[in-house]
Amino acid sequence: MAAGSTYTPIATNTVSGSSTSSITFNSFSGYTDIVIISNGTFNTGDNGYNLTFNSDTGTNYSTTYLYGDGSSAASVRASNANAISAARMNTSFGVGITHIMNYANSTTYKTVLSRGNSGALVNANVGLWRSTSAITSLTVACPAGISNFVAGTTFTLYGITAA
Amino acid sequence: MLNIIAGSLSVGVTPSTSSYESIATTTVGSGGTQSITFSSIPATYTHLQLRTSHATNNTTNIYFRINGSTTAAEYGYHYIVGTGSGSASAASDVSHVNTYLPLAYNSNPSNFTAGVFDFLDYTSTTKNKTIRGLYGQDNNGSGYIQFGSSLWINTAAITSLTILSTGGDYINQYSSFALYGIKGV
Repeated sequence: MAAGSTYTPIATNTVSGSSTSSITFNSFSGYTDIVIISNGTFNTGDNGYNLTFNSDTGTNYSTTYLYGDGSSAASVRASNANAISAARMNTSFGVGITHIMNYANSTTYKTVLSRGNSGALVNANVGLWRSTSAITSLTVACPAGISNFVAGTTFTLYGITAA
Repeated sequence: MLNIIAGSLSVGVTPSTSSYESIATTTVGSGGTQSITFSSIPATYTHLQLRTSHATNNTTNIYFRINGSTTAAEYGYHYIVGTGSGSASAASDVSHVNTYLPLAYNSNPSNFTAGVFDFLDYTSTTKNKTIRGLYGQDNNGSGYIQFGSSLWINTAAITSLTILSTGGDYINQYSSFALYGIKGV
C-alpha cells in the first residue's frame, strides 16, 4: 500500500475591517478533496455561508439541510439556488468544516458535505453543483441579507491527496 | 441527539500535515464492481478515515464488512437523517441480522454520494470498534444528509475493510474510496 503525508494547508484568509462580503480562493490544484475550516461571525443574522465555484452565479446549486436547535431536529431543501449553503454562522459564533469531494474531476457533478455550529443551531448539509467542470476557484460569501463577515473571521483551505 | 451532533463537531479528529497519511485509494473502472477490499491495513496509525465519492446502478445502499467477518451478531448501527422536509428521523438496527453494516445510500445513480467515515482506535485489541460517518447526496429536488454511528462488536484489531453491494447491484464507474491513517502521539 502506498502512503504519504497529506491534509496540506493551502491558504488562510483572515478578514480585516468591516467590508468583506466574499473571499475567493484560486490556487489549489493537485489534490483529490478540498476541506474548508471556517471560524467566524457575520455582522448580523444566523445562516450558512454561501459557497460557489468557478464564478458560476447561475441557479446550478442545491442543498439539503439537517439542523437542530436544542429541542428538535428538522430538514429543509433549497433547489435551483445560486449557491450551496454551508456551515452556519451568526453574530457570536460559527465554526465549520466543509468537504468538497473529488473536486478536480471533469466527469461528475460535485457533491459537498458541510457541518457547523452557529451557537443557536447545529447543522449538517449536503450540496450539489450541477457542473462537470473541474473546480478551479471557490468563493465563500455572506448569504442574502447579511452584508459582511466580522473582522477576525478565518477561512482555511486544506488539500487532501489520495494515494 | 442534538448534543451528539454538536459533540461530534467539537471532538473530531484533528489532522495535520504530519499526522494524516494516505494509505490506499480505489477508483472503480468501466463496468463497475460489486466489492472493494482494503487488506493488510497497517497498524501504525491511531485512527482511520475513509472518504468516499460513489454511485450505484440502482437506488440502494452500499455496505462494509470488517476483517471479513460474516457474523451478524457483531454488527449494529444508529443514525439520524434529514431528507429535505419536516422533522429529522432517527433509527437504529441493533438486531444484528445482516453480515455487514450500511455505509451510505445512493438515492440517485446519476449523482454521487459523498461520505467521510472515522474508524476510531482501530488497532485496539480490548475495545469493540465504533465507526462514525457524515454522508449524503443532493439531487436538486431530492436527497438526504445523515449522521451514522456503527458498532462492530469485536475486540480484534481491524486489518481489512470490504465495501460491497448486495442483491446483484454494483458500484458505478468513477466511484472512489480513499483510506487514510491518522497518527496519535
